[in-house]
Amino acid sequence: MELLIFYPLALASIILALFVVFNKSAIGSAVCLIGMMLGLAGVFILLQAHFLAILQVIVYAGAIMVLFMFVIMLLNLKDDDTKWKIRERNVWLSSAAGVLMVGVLYKFMDATADAEFNSPATVPENFGTAELVGTSLFTDFVLPFEVASILLLAAMVGAVVLAKSKVD
Amino acid sequence: MWIDLAITMVKIIFILTITVGFFAPVLTWVERKQSAIMQDRIGANRADIMGFTALGLFHIMADGLKMFTKEDFIPEGANRALHTLSPIIALIPAILTFAVVPFGGVYELWGTQVNLVISDLNVGLLFVFAIASLATYGYVVAGWSSNNNWSLLGSMRTASQMISYEVTMGLTIIGVLMVYGSMRLTDIGAAQETGFWGFILQPFGFLMFFAASIAENKRIPFDAPEAESELVAGYFTEYSGLKFGMFFMAEFIEMVTIGAILTILFFGAWHLPFLTTADLLSMFDFLGDSFANLIVMFIHVGVFFGKVTFFIFVQMVIRWTLPRFRYDQIMKLGWKMLLPLSLLNVVGTGLVILALN
Repeated sequence: MELLIFYPLALASIILALFVVFNKSAIGSAVCLIGMMLGLAGVFILLQAHFLAILQVIVYAGAIMVLFMFVIMLLNLKDDDTKWKIRERNVWLSSAAGVLMVGVLYKFMDATADAEFNSPATVPENFGTAELVGTSLFTDFVLPFEVASILLLAAMVGAVVLAKSKVD
Repeated sequence: MWIDLAITMVKIIFILTITVGFFAPVLTWVERKQSAIMQDRIGANRADIMGFTALGLFHIMADGLKMFTKEDFIPEGANRALHTLSPIIALIPAILTFAVVPFGGVYELWGTQVNLVISDLNVGLLFVFAIASLATYGYVVAGWSSNNNWSLLGSMRTASQMISYEVTMGLTIIGVLMVYGSMRLTDIGAAQETGFWGFILQPFGFLMFFAASIAENKRIPFDAPEAESELVAGYFTEYSGLKFGMFFMAEFIEMVTIGAILTILFFGAWHLPFLTTADLLSMFDFLGDSFANLIVMFIHVGVFFGKVTFFIFVQMVIRWTLPRFRYDQIMKLGWKMLLPLSLLNVVGTGLVILALN
């Protein structure tokens, strides 16, 4: 039953993700990316992580992608800018990132290779609710949580400083 | 299993009938008639069937017929697929919100528990918020795909305005969460049966949420995205026929949504003041258990939609009373006034809860 929902969602997410890369127009890519994020949210719900799924929709699909679209529309790309091209200076960086990504994928495969398909683990009580996520964020993971908050705050201040020096 | 499915189907059909079938068309008439009364005019009164005008109610049918038969126009150079898709993206979230909106409590009818909400999510409040934030795309894509500068300007204003006011909306929701300690909308509704209603516990939260939700719906005084005098019609300038009708409908259904959310969070949901469900049940005790439950259910649904209607009325009065804010005034109000105030509201609510415990 769960696989019946999982496979269409996963397939749709992968196809939309490919469209993000291969779409000619930037807005089209953005729309596909939103669709992919909604698909991912659906997968989260299948994993009983309702709170995470809703946050995925609110933060990524709802807020960040609106900003993406806003910027794309503001820039109003000309035909020349939308062509597919690889920048010379980015080749090495991209390759390195790709290799790292393969490593991450290998780690995932390694961890899940022995798992039996179609035999979902027993879900603990309250799993994935806002209460449990909040409690574990503020007890077990309080240091990473605070570090991430400071990082976000620094990024925000940085953005304000950069924008302000342009305006003045 | 089957009876649950049947009950859910009935609830879905009921909600669709009352929003898309009743509120949306009737509100198009109410808006014209109410504005006419407020401005000392007569208003819509010409459409008639064999001489009967029924206070102009036949204009609803005339409008529908007109929208169905109008030419569906797609401008040259527009992105055809996205141009067609965006009214759908705009309309779906407006209706989808009602999946988690409880329009009554739990009733025991002939041995079956009937919970008057389609899906009782434990993150219901966040779901409403998430769906509201997705609604932005319909308007943004509409403006971009039209290949028209007015539309593009309109949708850029939409994007920035909706992002700005979502922040305030989210923060005021936190105040409500802290007071009632649950994100389940049915819990919040049930807590107001005997406890204080939300607008007493969260007066500032109520006002800010109301303002932010009107801004989210882009109605006057926050209608800079579709300002007629500046942008022709903003993001839906290039839309005609039923596609235009869908944007129109989304706006009216969203008014119903705002009314429903305000009612649940701040105005006692489906409850009458000082009358608990048990009181009502004992009043109709002589009819037998199930019939008493049935009657109380009808009363509660009636009370709920009565309150929703009241809030729609308030929104309409605001729409025909205030002039439009300038775009920079909207941004200033959102970021420099409502955002700090809603943050203060969260801190203040926290302090009061801490002091009372």
